[in-house]
Amino acid sequence: MEFTIYIILVPMLLFFVLALGGRWLGPRTAGIIGTAGMGAAALLSYIAVYKYFFAGAGIGPDGNYLTVTGFNAQWLRLTDSLHIDMGVLLDPISVMMLAVVTTVSLMVHIYSFGYMKGERGFQRYYAFLSLFSFSMLGLVVATNIFQMYIFWELVGASSYLLIGFYYTRPAAVAASKKAFIVTRFADFGFLIGILILSYCTKTFDFGAITADNASLAVRTMEGSSFLGLSSATWAMLLIFMGGAGKSAMFPLHIWLPDAMEGPTPVSALIHAATMVVAGVYLVARMFPVYLFAAPQVLTVIGYVGAFTALFAAIIAMVQTDIKRVLAFSTISQIAYMMVALGVSGMGGHAGEGYTASMFHLFTHAFFKALLFLGAGAVIHAVHSNEMEHMGGLRKRMPVTHITFLVACLAIAGIPPLSGFFSKDEILSAAMEGDKVLFAVLWIVAGITAFYMFRLYFRIFWGRESETARHAHEAPAVMLVPLAVLALLTCVTGFIPFSRFISPDNAPYALGINWGVAGASIAIGIAGIALAAWLYMRDSERPQRIAARMGGFYKAAKRRLYIDDAWAFLTKNIIFRRICAPIAWFDRHVIDGTWCGIANVTQRTSEAIKGIQNGRVQAYALLFIISVLLITIITLFI
Amino acid sequence: MIPMEHYLIVSSIMFFVGLYGFLSRKNLLAILISIELILNSVEINFSVFNRYLFPEHMEGMFFSLFGIAISAAETAVAIAIIINVYRVTQEIDVRHIDKMKY
Repeated sequence: MEFTIYIILVPMLLFFVLALGGRWLGPRTAGIIGTAGMGAAALLSYIAVYKYFFAGAGIGPDGNYLTVTGFNAQWLRLTDSLHIDMGVLLDPISVMMLAVVTTVSLMVHIYSFGYMKGERGFQRYYAFLSLFSFSMLGLVVATNIFQMYIFWELVGASSYLLIGFYYTRPAAVAASKKAFIVTRFADFGFLIGILILSYCTKTFDFGAITADNASLAVRTMEGSSFLGLSSATWAMLLIFMGGAGKSAMFPLHIWLPDAMEGPTPVSALIHAATMVVAGVYLVARMFPVYLFAAPQVLTVIGYVGAFTALFAAIIAMVQTDIKRVLAFSTISQIAYMMVALGVSGMGGHAGEGYTASMFHLFTHAFFKALLFLGAGAVIHAVHSNEMEHMGGLRKRMPVTHITFLVACLAIAGIPPLSGFFSKDEILSAAMEGDKVLFAVLWIVAGITAFYMFRLYFRIFWGRESETARHAHEAPAVMLVPLAVLALLTCVTGFIPFSRFISPDNAPYALGINWGVAGASIAIGIAGIALAAWLYMRDSERPQRIAARMGGFYKAAKRRLYIDDAWAFLTKNIIFRRICAPIAWFDRHVIDGTWCGIANVTQRTSEAIKGIQNGRVQAYALLFIISVLLITIITLFI
Repeated sequence: MIPMEHYLIVSSIMFFVGLYGFLSRKNLLAILISIELILNSVEINFSVFNRYLFPEHMEGMFFSLFGIAISAAETAVAIAIIINVYRVTQEIDVRHIDKMKY
């Protein structure tokens, strides 16, 4: 499996070629090189998937999946046991992620040909896409937590670069800064968590930490505690904080809706399918440690996830910017995956939550990328993000319409599309884990169906707006990725995921829980029906309901004031109460001391510089007077 | 025989006349002449001390000869400098030659 290192190296090489040579290549060549390279990486990933799962490279003698190290190099050696490696770790979830990331990235590369055509900085765009793909692939195959952290920051940096791609627009610049600072703030917790964990276990290696039901972490971290929580709880809570920042969990979700200022294909790749699920992936990667060393944190993850899912879904119902709706829907769906991890156990059927989480990550990547790319095609046609500039587009954009409908049905959980299967698994895992979480997720499923179909009907049905009348179907280069992703959305649900992915890497059988599935289909259809009743034909009903909801509607539209709360916290409390006094102290006390010394020196020199007037005779006079004085002093004293 | 003090009085007068001239004259050439006076007063002292205190030795005499040679050389250099200064500034008034402080 040594070839897997090239899956990571190819995008890295592409980044350097496109970033350094992009100016001489020309937009078209640069795009072709980037896409071809990504295609090669995708091909290598598919070979890796085939070899790992089907050709026996990853299957041990007892039928369980092995953890294969495709490549490993010692990078930084701190002590004999504590060293930072760079390598490729292959286990079921990393191999699956390789396939997801390269597939979506390839689709986005192709799609961008049409979407970004004629944009200034086309080569730069492709270079950043390659940088992102490299970082994300490096993250998923990380052999140790520190390598993951390095690539974790790299994806953050490339996300920053891509959100701020239109750097002449102030909104985009502000959004990129917001995304970077918020995730960076969360990553600070992640780093402290890594340090606590590695201080106790004396290793960074995932294999060593998670092996044997995380016995190393359990053994080394028991006994020590801080503020009433054990060090394992602190470490895993802080690591989850990093994951929550990247995966936009409440209250660190505020950057994701603003990140929609970036180009739409970027939103599809980074802010829907790949980077934002890194937090889920991180928790899944450390899952045995969470389960055995810090089970309370897993409960926290479950409840944070459930609250975020509900919260984001409520906000998504009233947003009018179609990308913002999708952004909140992404937050909600990632929260679903977090809940699934939170309720999961280990071994056989108890690991259903873990499997379901990874399954939903897998299916969500495709249908959410499809939704974003479809929204991109619509935005490309009407040149606006606002719903009121759309409507009635189903005849003008038939292919986009059909693929978008497929994705909406998938996310609403209608069989036989992929979202149904993964969501059903999450719901049944929640049912067995925690009834409260199940109830929340079940309601969220209904809300999800409602807001997705509100989006769908307002774009493709209802009254045609002025701009929508001039819309026309996107070029073929944008439709091909839509078709491919729609196909994947239709078929990926039938993959028996429990055969491939489980927390202890032992395959098991998992059927559909028809009781739960029936309930979820019912509420999904109810949501769709409500959306159809309100939005399919142009009517006054939505306004009437909004008026009746009054304050709550307004609050939801303002994203429940969380952004304002953060702004208040940073501006009024941190800036004014903490930073301003420190700045005053710096300016007046510290600067004052040194400026005072400089001023005294300068004044003194001003005062005595008249002595050196350049007249030789004055010098001589001074010299002689001095000599006489010294003579007198030595003679008479 | 003339007492030693007389010589010393003459040389002291010469020294302070030279010093006064060095400090008060504004013409570079006059300053140079004043320096010569100072040097000559010193050389008189050398000769006188040698002659009156150590008549069997000759070091004082030779030292004054040395001084004469050095003052001749110094005058040559000084005049060369004054000529060059004059070429640049068109004057030899010491009050206006204050570029040295920069």
